[in-house]
Amino acid sequence: MGAASLLIAMLLPLVGAIVVAQFSKNEKTAKTVAMAFALAELIPAAIAWVEYDPNGDRLQLTMVADWIPALGVHFALGVDGIALVMLALIAVLVPIVLLGDWVGRLPAGRSYAGYAALILLMEMCMVGVFVAIDVFLFYVLFEVMLIPMYFLIGRFGGPRGSYAAVKFFLYSLFGGLIMLGSVIGCYVVAQNRTGTGTFMWADLVGALHGASTTTQIWLFLGFFLAFAIKAPLVPLHTWLPDATAEAPIGAGVLLVGVLDKVGTFGFLRYNLALFPQASQKLAPYVLVLAVAGVLYGSLLAVGQRDMKRFMAYVSIAHFGFIALGIFAFTSQALAGAVLYMVMHGFSTGMLFVCAGMVIDRGGSRNIEDYGGMHRATPLLGGLFLIAGLSVLSLPGTNSFVPEFLVLVGSFPREPVFTVLATIGMVLAALYVLWMYQRIFQGPLRGTALVGLAGGPGTAQDPVTSKIRDLNVREMLVLAPLVIAVVGFGLYPKPVLDVIGPSVSATMHEVGLTDLVEGGNR
Amino acid sequence: MISFLAQPGGLDALQAPEIDYWAMAPLLIVLGAACVGVLVEAFLAKPQRWPVQVILTVLTFAFAGLTLGLRLTKDPKGLTTVAGALSIDRPALFLWGTLLALGFGAMLMIADRSVEPGGSFVASAAIRPGTIQDRAQAGQHGMQTEVFPLALFALAGMMTFVAANDLLTMFIALEVMSLPLYLMCGLARRRRLISQEAALKYFLLGAFASAFFLYGLALLYGYAQSVKLADIAEATGGTDRSDTLLYAGFGLLLVGLLFKASVGPFHTWTPDVYQGAPTPVTAFMGACTKVAAFGAILRVLQVAFKASSWEWEYVLWAVAIVSMAIGAILGITQTDVKRMIAYSSIAHAGFLLLGSIALNHDGLSSTLFYLLTYGFTTLAAFGVVSLVRNADGEATHLSQWAGLAKRSPLVAAVFSFLLLALAGIPLTSGFIGKFVVFRAALAEGMGPLVVVALIASAVAAFFYLRVIVLMYFSEPAADGPAVSVPGAFTTAAITLGVVVTLLLGVLPGFALDWAGAAGFVF
Repeated sequence: MGAASLLIAMLLPLVGAIVVAQFSKNEKTAKTVAMAFALAELIPAAIAWVEYDPNGDRLQLTMVADWIPALGVHFALGVDGIALVMLALIAVLVPIVLLGDWVGRLPAGRSYAGYAALILLMEMCMVGVFVAIDVFLFYVLFEVMLIPMYFLIGRFGGPRGSYAAVKFFLYSLFGGLIMLGSVIGCYVVAQNRTGTGTFMWADLVGALHGASTTTQIWLFLGFFLAFAIKAPLVPLHTWLPDATAEAPIGAGVLLVGVLDKVGTFGFLRYNLALFPQASQKLAPYVLVLAVAGVLYGSLLAVGQRDMKRFMAYVSIAHFGFIALGIFAFTSQALAGAVLYMVMHGFSTGMLFVCAGMVIDRGGSRNIEDYGGMHRATPLLGGLFLIAGLSVLSLPGTNSFVPEFLVLVGSFPREPVFTVLATIGMVLAALYVLWMYQRIFQGPLRGTALVGLAGGPGTAQDPVTSKIRDLNVREMLVLAPLVIAVVGFGLYPKPVLDVIGPSVSATMHEVGLTDLVEGGNR
Repeated sequence: MISFLAQPGGLDALQAPEIDYWAMAPLLIVLGAACVGVLVEAFLAKPQRWPVQVILTVLTFAFAGLTLGLRLTKDPKGLTTVAGALSIDRPALFLWGTLLALGFGAMLMIADRSVEPGGSFVASAAIRPGTIQDRAQAGQHGMQTEVFPLALFALAGMMTFVAANDLLTMFIALEVMSLPLYLMCGLARRRRLISQEAALKYFLLGAFASAFFLYGLALLYGYAQSVKLADIAEATGGTDRSDTLLYAGFGLLLVGLLFKASVGPFHTWTPDVYQGAPTPVTAFMGACTKVAAFGAILRVLQVAFKASSWEWEYVLWAVAIVSMAIGAILGITQTDVKRMIAYSSIAHAGFLLLGSIALNHDGLSSTLFYLLTYGFTTLAAFGVVSLVRNADGEATHLSQWAGLAKRSPLVAAVFSFLLLALAGIPLTSGFIGKFVVFRAALAEGMGPLVVVALIASAVAAFFYLRVIVLMYFSEPAADGPAVSVPGAFTTAAITLGVVVTLLLGVLPGFALDWAGAAGFVF
C-alpha cells in the first residue's frame, strides 16, 4: 500500500497531463480536470505521510523493479523524511498554482490545457526526483524535468521568455551533463570496489565509503556543480532571475519553491551521503559560496525594481542559508536547512502568488508603477504583508524556526560564516518592508494603478479606482498558504518529527557528530 | 585472399575456399537483389519499374532479415568463411541487422514519390545545371528508379565492409559502397548545382581517402606479410619488424576509415555533401555509412591493433576531441538544417570514437548500441526535413522553420523529440547511447576525454535547442514553408525512426543484450 502510493504519486500527474492535453479546445473542462488530478495527488501523498514511520528504516515505502538489467539500472522508489516532506510540499503547491493561474494570465493564443498539462508533467518529474532511490532514475528525471519547465517559460512566459527558457535549459543541462560523468563514475568505482556495478543509492553509499578522497572529490564536484546550478549558489545563479521573471506566476512559484530545492536535496542525499570525506574537505569552500549567496542575494533584492526578479534574489539569499545549514554539519543546522527547504516553499511561494495578484491588477512588474495600493485592496495588502513577514523570518511565522535553527546550529562550528549570514537577516527586513511600503503604503499613486492620465504621484480617490480587492478564487488560493505560514510558525513539530531521524541518519553518513554531545544546547 | 598467391606452390596450390553460403545469405540476397534491380531497369517498361523495384526491395529486406534472424538463433559465437576473408560473428550480425533496418528505412524514403512529385531524383546527373535540358528533366514527373539498385549495391558494400576480416576485402567493400553513393549524391531534382558539387566533392575526397586506405594497406602488408587482421595482430606482438611501416600503415589506413566515418578533422566533405545530396540519400548516408564505417573501425582497432593500443591511443584521443569540438562549435554557426545535422553527425562521430577506443567488451557493445540509436534518430530527422517544403523544394534554411509548431504541431513535436534525442536527453535512445559509451570509456580510464565529451554535448545542445525555440517560440514567417502531407513511405520511415528512438530510450535492455552478446571472431 505504502510503496504503491509513491508509484501512484508519480503516475497520477502523468496520466493527468495526458488527459488534460486532450481538452485544448474546451478550457472549462481542462480546468476542472487539471484541478481534479492535482487534488487527487494529495491522496497518495497523504497515504505516504501516514504510512511513513519516522523512526523506521532509512528509506521506506520502497519499491524496486529491474529497468535495464544490462546496466544495473532499477526503477526504484522510496522516501526518507526529507523526501517525504518535499513530496507533501509539491502536492500542496500544485493545486494552488493551478488555481492561481486560472484566469487571464496566459499569453494570447496559448491554451490553459497546454499550460496545465505541462504543470502536471512538471509535478510528475519533481515527485519522481524526490522519491527516486536509483541514481540513474534520479538523473533521468532530473534532466527530463527541464523540458516541461522549458516550454512553460518559453511558451507561456513573458516577452523575453524564449531567451530565459534557453538560458535556463542550457545552464541546467550543462550541470546535468557534468553530473552524468559523476553518476557513471560512481558506477565504475562501485564496480571496481565491489565487483558488481549498481546504481541503487543505498548500495552506492556502501560501495563508495572508503573510496580514495581524490576520487570522492572528483565525483563530488560533478554532482555539486549540477546542484549548485539548480539551487543557485552565487556564481552560477544568473539564470534564475531571468527564468523567474519570464515564467508565468505558477511556474515561477514551482521553480523557486520546489524545483530549486532539488539542488539542496541533492546536496543532502547525494553529496553528503555518497562522498563524506570529500564533503568534509570541501565544506569550507561551499560555505563561502553559501554566505556569498546570502549577502549578494539580499543586497540585490534590496535594489530590485522588478517584483519577479525580486523573488529570485530573495530565493538566492535563502538558498544560501540552506546551503550554510547543510554544510555546517551539525544536526540542528541540518534540521533547520531541511525545514527551511519546505518553509521557503510556502513563504516565498505565498509572496510570489501575492505579487502575481498585484501584477494582475496593475499589469506591470515594476515596483515603481505602484503605490498606496493598500487603500484599494486592504485584504491583499494584509496578506502580502503576512507573506513578507514570513519571508523575513519574523518569529511566529514559519520561516523563523528553520532560520533560527540554521544559525544556532552553525554557530558552534562556523562562527564567522554564521555571523556574516546574520547580516542577511537584517537585509531581509529591509528588502521586504521597503517593497511593501513602496507598493502598498501612502496615497494611491503609480502609473499602473491610476493610469497615465493622472500621472505618477497623483493621488486618487480609491472609490473611483477600478482596482478591486481579492475575489473568492484568490482567497481560496491564499488561504492554505496563510494557514501553512502561520500554522507551521506556531507549531512546526509535525514536520520536524518527520525529518529529524533522516537528518540524524545523514549526519551519520557524513561520519560527523555534533561538537557538543547531545547537540541541544 | 592474396595470401594464396604468396604461398609457395603459386597458382597450382590454389584451391577453392570453403564458402558458408547460409552464413552469408543476408549479404548475398542484397547483392543478388541489386543485380536483379539492374536487370529490371534494363528490361521492364518505365511505368512498371517503380512498383517492381519497390516489391523487389521489400522482398529483399524481408528475406535478408529472415535469414539473419535464423542465423542469430543458430550460431552463438560466429565463424569465418571464404578462407577467412569474411567474419560473420556477433558484432557483424548486429551491424548487418542495423544496416538492414536502417537501409530499409532509407529505401522507404527513396521510394516515396508523393512528397516530391516523381521522387527526389533525376535521370542524368551530369547535365549542366540551369540549361534547357536540365530544366526539362527536372520538370519530368516520371520516377527514376535506377537509384534502387544503386542503393542496394551500396548497402551490400557496407555489409561486406563490416564483416571484412582482411584489409583487401575491406578495401573492395569500401569501393562497392562508395561508388554508388557518389553517384546518388548528384541526383537531386532540386538545386542541381549544389547536388553536383556535392557529388564531385564527395567523389574527389573519397578517392583521396581510398588512396590513403590502399597505401596504408600496402605498408601494413609490408609489415606483416599478410593483409589478414589476425595476422597483423600477431605481427604487432613481435619485435623484429619495422615499426615505421606499422605506424605509417596504420595511420594511413585510419585516415581512410575516419574519412568515411566523417570524424573531424577528416570531415570537410560532410556538410556540403549532406546539404547537396537528395534528402533520402542524405538519410541513407547519414545513418548507414556511419554504421558501416564505425563497424570497420571497431573491427580494425579491436582485432588488428589492440596489442599496440598504447602507441596510438592518444592520437585517437586527440582526433576524438577535435571531432567533438568541430561538430559542436561549428554546428552553432549553421543556418541550414541539413548542414546542422551534418555537424551534429561530426560531433556524434567523436562520441562514437570514444567508444571505439575503449578496447574492452563494453566499448564494443556500447559503440554498436550507439550506432543503432544514432542511425534511427538521424534517419527520422532527415525524413522530417524532407517534409518541410516551399515552392522551391525543401525549405532547409533555419529561418524558414520559424513558428512551425503553429502550422503543423505534429511535425514540430516529432522533430523536437528527435533533436532532444540527438542532444542526449534522457528517455530517448540518444541518452542511453551516450550513457553506455561514456561508461565504457570511464571504465577504461578515459576520464578527461569523457569530460570533454560531456562539455561538447552541452555545447551541441545549444543548436538543437535553437531549432526548438524557432519552431515553438517564434512567430511564423509570412511566406514560410508548408509541411507537405507525407506519403505512406516517408510516414513509415519517420515512424520507424521515432518508435525505435523512444523504445531504445525507455527499454534498451534487449538491444544492449544483443550488442553485448559476443565479441569479434577472427
